[in-house]
Order: sequence, then C-alpha cells, then structure tokens
Amino acid sequence: MNDSSIRVTASPHVRSAESTTRIMWSVVYSLAPVVAASIWFFGPSAVLVLLASVAGCLITERLFGSVRSSLADGSAMITGLLLGLTLPPGFPLWMAFLGGAFGMAFGKLIFGGLGQNVFNPALLGRAFLQAAFPVAITTWPSKPESWWTLQGDNLALPLMSPVVDAATEATPLGNLKFGDNPVITPLTDLLFGTTAGSLGETSAVLLLLGGLYLAFRGHLNWHIPVSILVTVYALSGLFYVIGISQFPPLFMLFSGGLMLGAFYMATDMVTSPVTNKGCWLFGIGIGALVVVIRIWGGLPEGVMYAILLMNALVPFINRATQPRKFGSPPRRVAEKKKEGGP
Amino acid sequence: MLRDAMDQAKLAGATLHNFHGGLQLRHNKRISCELPIERAAPAERFYVPLLQQSGQEAQPIVAAGQHVLKGEAIGCVEHLGSGYLHAPTSGTVSAIGTHPISHPSGFDGRCVVIEPDGLNQWTELHPVDNWQQADPDVLRQAIRSAGIVGLGGAVFPTAHKVDEASRRGIHTLILNGAECEPYISCDEMLMREQPASIILGARILQRAVGARRTVIAIEDQMGAVHQALQHALRESAAAEIDIVKVTTIYPEGGEKQLIQVLTGLEVPSGGRPTDLGLLCQNVATATAVARAVTEGKPLVERIVTVTGSGVRRPRNLLTPIGTPISVLVEQSGGYADDAARLVLGGPMMGYALASDDNPVIKAANCILVLSSDEIRPPQPEMPCIRCGECARVCPAVLQPQQLQWTVRHGLWDETVSAGLADCIECGCCDFVCPSHIPLVEWFRHGKSELRRLEAERLAADSARQRFEAREARLDRLKQDRRRRMEEKKRALGDGQEKQKRIADAIERARSRRQENP
Repeated sequence: MNDSSIRVTASPHVRSAESTTRIMWSVVYSLAPVVAASIWFFGPSAVLVLLASVAGCLITERLFGSVRSSLADGSAMITGLLLGLTLPPGFPLWMAFLGGAFGMAFGKLIFGGLGQNVFNPALLGRAFLQAAFPVAITTWPSKPESWWTLQGDNLALPLMSPVVDAATEATPLGNLKFGDNPVITPLTDLLFGTTAGSLGETSAVLLLLGGLYLAFRGHLNWHIPVSILVTVYALSGLFYVIGISQFPPLFMLFSGGLMLGAFYMATDMVTSPVTNKGCWLFGIGIGALVVVIRIWGGLPEGVMYAILLMNALVPFINRATQPRKFGSPPRRVAEKKKEGGP
Repeated sequence: MLRDAMDQAKLAGATLHNFHGGLQLRHNKRISCELPIERAAPAERFYVPLLQQSGQEAQPIVAAGQHVLKGEAIGCVEHLGSGYLHAPTSGTVSAIGTHPISHPSGFDGRCVVIEPDGLNQWTELHPVDNWQQADPDVLRQAIRSAGIVGLGGAVFPTAHKVDEASRRGIHTLILNGAECEPYISCDEMLMREQPASIILGARILQRAVGARRTVIAIEDQMGAVHQALQHALRESAAAEIDIVKVTTIYPEGGEKQLIQVLTGLEVPSGGRPTDLGLLCQNVATATAVARAVTEGKPLVERIVTVTGSGVRRPRNLLTPIGTPISVLVEQSGGYADDAARLVLGGPMMGYALASDDNPVIKAANCILVLSSDEIRPPQPEMPCIRCGECARVCPAVLQPQQLQWTVRHGLWDETVSAGLADCIECGCCDFVCPSHIPLVEWFRHGKSELRRLEAERLAADSARQRFEAREARLDRLKQDRRRRMEEKKRALGDGQEKQKRIADAIERARSRRQENP
C-alpha cells in the first residue's frame, strides 16, 4: 500500500449519508406544493411577497453570517419561505423584505447563527412586522377579477404605508371572532384553501402532506405536531361542548396558521426540545396557548405567539426532561439518596 | 433491590430484552467467511510489543541474542497481576527496540524482535491434569500464566476478571459471540470451525469461577454457528450450557448491552457485571482458556479477520502475535487499487494505522482495509442543530449533543454529571450526526482531560499534604527546641549557682582556646 494514500482518522470510519444541508433542503422541497398552491390562489402577488422575504433573509445571511458558505446550508432559504408564507398576499414588498432581514439578523445571527438561536427566526420576523405594521399585516384583500392582478398594495414605496383598498375580506378566524355576522367557514374550503388568509395558511391538506413527507424522512419529530393538534382539538372541543367558545374543534384545527405552525414552525429542530418527553410538553403548551389566545385573546390568531412563548421555555423543558442515563438509579431513588445521604 | 436484580439476572437468556438506541448497519461479514480459517504465512521477523493491554508495558525478561522457544515467557506484566507475554515462535531475540506497536496513539514503543529459526518448536508445556477435578485456584493460575486477555478487543486481563468473579461469587457465565461490528468475522468463523473448544472453554471457566450455568450469546444471523454449537453441545453432554440467539443490532456485542438484552438489567454506572452475579467473556477468550488448561499453551496466536474492499481476498487467518500486518494482507491477495484506509478493529470502533509495519497484537481482531468507496470523504463540520438523532441512537442513554458542548467548552463539572464516564465510544452518535461533528473524538478528548485533571488534583492534594506535614514537623521541632531550652534554663537554677556555672563555662572555653590557638 502506498503510504501517502492512507489517511489516519478517528473512528468511526463509516458514516450515514445524512447531512444538515440535506435536511434543510428537503424541508425547502417539501414546501414546494404549498408555495405552488399559494401562487395558484393569490397570483403574482404571492410570488413577489415570497421573493421579497426570501431576499431579505438571504441578503442578511450573506452580509452578516459568520461563514461565507452559510447560504448553501438552506436554513436562510427556509426562514425566508416560512416568513413569506405567513404574510398576506397584498403585503407591501418592502415590509416583507424588512421582516426577513429582521428575523434573520435578530432571530438568528445575533445569537451566533445556525443552531444557536432561541426563537424561530421566521416567527420573530413576523412578530416584528405585526408590531410595526399591524394594519398592513391584517389586511386581506378580496380576490381580484383576474389572476394576473396584483393584490392590495404590494408596490407601496419603502417607508410609506400601503393604500388600504376598501374591498377587503376577513379570514375565517377573524370573521368568526370579530365579524358582524359570524359564519363558520365550511371544512372543505378550509382543507383546500379557497379562503382568505396568509399565503401558506390556506391549504391544510398540502401542509399536512409536506409534514408527513418530512416525518417519513425522519426530519421532523412527529411528537410535536401530533401533540399540538391533539391538544387544540381536545381543548377547543371541550370549550365548544360546554359552550364557552364559538369555534368548533375541526374548524380550529384547519383554520389559520395552525397547520403551518404545527408542521413547520414548531418543529424547527434548533428551537424545539431534544427529548420526546420534552416534545410532548412543548406541543401541549403550544396547543393550549393557541386555543386560549384564539378564544380569549385580542387577536384572531395565536399560533405565532404560542410558539414563540414556548420557544423561550425550551431550555427549561430540556433540563426538566433529561432521560435517566444507562446504569444510573431511577430518579426517585437518586433523590432519596441525595436527601438522606451525607 | 440488588437482591431482586440478582434473581432476575439468574434468568439470563430466558426472555430477550431491548437496549436503547443502536444502529442497524450493513454487516459486510460474508465476504470474509468464504474461505476457511488458515494459518498465517510465517513472517521473517516478529515484533512483539511490550504494551499490549491496559496499564503499563511489560518488563522484558529476555536479552538480545538469547534463543527462545515458542511459548516461552519473554515479558512480565505487573499491571493487575496479569502475568506474562510469550514468544510466538522459536528463534533468536535479535533486539529489544523501538518499532510501531499498533497503538491507537500511533506512537512507536518497545518490541521484542524475534528472528524465527523456522522450527516453531514449543517450549515445555504444563497442562492441568484432569481439569474436571482440579482445584479452581489451579485453573485460574493456569489462565494467569498463559497471559490471556479479553480477545473481543478490550484486552482486559482475563485472570483479573476471573479472580474478581470467583471472589465475589457469580452464578452465570456469559460467553459473548455477538460480534456486532460490521466486517469482523473471526468469532463467527471460530464458533463454526471449533465449537467443541468453545464448549470446553465454557466448562473450564465455569469451574474456575464457580458459576452454575453458561449462556452463549450469538447473533440471529449466524445460522451455521448455531448448528455447530448445538452439535458440540450434544457431544459434550454439558447440561448447564444454553445457546441464545440475539437480534443483530449494533452495539449489542458490548458487554453492558448484551447483559441488558439477556437479562433486562443495567450494569450500574461505574459498576461491573459481577454486581449482578455475571461474568462476561468473549468466545475466543474461552478457547484460549481451554488451550491453556488442557494443553498448557499460552496465548501466542489469535484469529484475525483480514477484510474490506481494500484487500483482494478477504479471509480469516490464525496469526501469531507479532506478525507484521503486511504479511496478512499479502496472504489475503494484497491491496486493491482503491485501498484508502488501514484500520485495526472494526469500522465503528477500530483505529486507523499509518502503516502495515504495525504488528498483530492480542487485541487485533480485524485488519480492515477500506476502499475509498466505503469511507465517506471528510466533510466540513457544521453547527449542531439539535436534531436529537445522536440521543436517539445512544445505547448509554446520554445526550451526546449536550455532552460535546460541555466538553468543547471545558465545563468539566457538567461533563461529569452529563455522564461522560458512561460513554462506551461505540460511535453511533458520530455515525448519524448530520452536522458531521466528530462526537466520539470530543468524548475521548474529554475523558483524557478528566483523567489529567484528576491526576493534577491528586498531585495538588498530595503536595498540599506534604506541605502541611512539613509545616507541622517544623512547628513540632520548634516547640521541642523551646521546651529543651526551658528545661536547660530550669536545670541551671538561679542566683549564685547560676553565676558560678556561667563563670565555669567561660573558664573552660578560655583554657581550651589557649591550648589550641
């Protein structure tokens, strides 16, 4: 054997083919149907809003990321797409760009980049937009006559407020909560997305499919979406049955950003707990907060704040749900020993 | 509680259990099982490293120029009372010099170099007569003087393990034939070809430690092995031996994992299988014991798997310790064109060697030559994204991603409480990590840092003790001196007598000065 051809490295000498970059890009690919659907429903506006928020994320990552090659890992792309999908189609592009830049800079890079952040950067970007531009982000224009027509005021000049069109429509959740004559939107409309709403909020079926694909590939911890959805269904069902809330449980499940949040936002590996037990707690917490905010909060939708609040608790959940190590005594015995011991 | 555990351990193998995590790997074992075990070609020179096991290196007890016979003791190992190192063949000791020693560190070390005379003549052998009636002490002594170590790869002195087991009392002997690392097939081939010697070894070990029964664990994929062992078992008519098939999943051949599979019990952290009344030995170790007791032959050879796509004809070779690896590779058809890495051991836990000058040692179960297709090219490390895959596969139920973080940042207290000492370095976490973080390497680094800190702490402690002892001693001397002075003063008395004595003393001094100016 030619000595120069031998490499001496540490074991293991074989590795799985999985890589973080591959995981990230498969999340991006799994969003393709949702993106396509949003374009189908909302026309060129959807393309522009998505492009603007993706551009905001990519440019910020490229300018301020610590590693020059960090764009290639796909994480900035995911943040941009997810943020874009939470925005209404008529959203001014400069705001979408700003939201992406803010989410990337203050949601991720300021903590040290990939893997270091506490909050989901896309949701942090959206929370910023919600605080800064509350009107623009809750304006849902009515469907225009032609698919080609831009919705709302996409092209508002930077630092200018958008011109609010008189013809707006309420989202199913907003309608039921604040509408003059509340209607429960039929389930089929919710499932296939023929309702007003943010770009990626509307088609529950496609989000579910994307989520299932990721779960099947092992890129998503199914405990999180399952516990969120079960909690939302059970709690809202309980409140509906005893007459506290006007939201039927299935309506709760398939309206608003719950599917997008449960499958794509809450499952962000960096900002969710590491143990399965922790994931159950995390999901139950999110589900309960969603129901509480939707029924009693001042906003029609609560998925964003529910996830951000639970993100903040993740370090504590991690600490509280450490599994028992191999060969160490059960926790009860260990504590007893500690109390009684010297 | 421990008593309950002990009772449960007695049922080892009755029902099978799972352990946490693990990986299903591609076995790649068949390629080296096609040819029968063959004797390795004689080497031109044998290099027997004096460091072959945990602890310090052996003291050479031969000198350059001395003629030795096969099986003659050439080194004495003091660590854990583990006995001797023996000449792998007859010939002349040409030197005791520095040579590569197949050590994970890659450093060279001292070797006894033997020029064989080609006669391969055994020294005088002292088998134990009628082992069925022999005193267990005698059996254990035979194991000690044969220089037997655990041949599964850990090379812990068998004599020490067996002594501890017989002292603490065990009920069940577990023979580990679950060779879970991919590629390696030396145990499988041994069990297939020499099942009788394994059964014999099991019975001898059982007598030596006073166990009531033996469980031989093999993997469920080893069909031929099961038949062979069953057949040998029927022939020997030993009733107290069971053969158990366990599901193939890496790293179930690990001692703690195998015990968990067989009994459902966890060996306590920092404890030993003897805490559960169990003793675990590799099947190859059992044959070495059989040979040492019934034939009096020390451990001078072992079966080595030479495999991987990097060699042309993978096979198993019965190899004298000290044979250069190049000899084995040549006998296995030589290197393939795309041979890219030379590993001693398996692909998960083995260590890469820099050259095939390194000799076969007692720990060498496999020489693995990987081709460039089999190894993944080194990829840049990325930040941990806490996907948790490492924790899902960890058989020690640790959180490798948190552990690497504490090691990397030198948070040693947290590292200890996160259970670094429980890591068995199986490499599962490293294998699955999508960010290509060299986790096991960090853990080895952490362990050596903890050892260093512990040594420093001990050194500081003893320095402090020395200092305090010295201070106390000086203080005591001072007090003594003061007391003596006071006593003298008191003896002087006072008044006139004192003056007179002083005057006398001055007078004495003066006269002495006048005598010798």
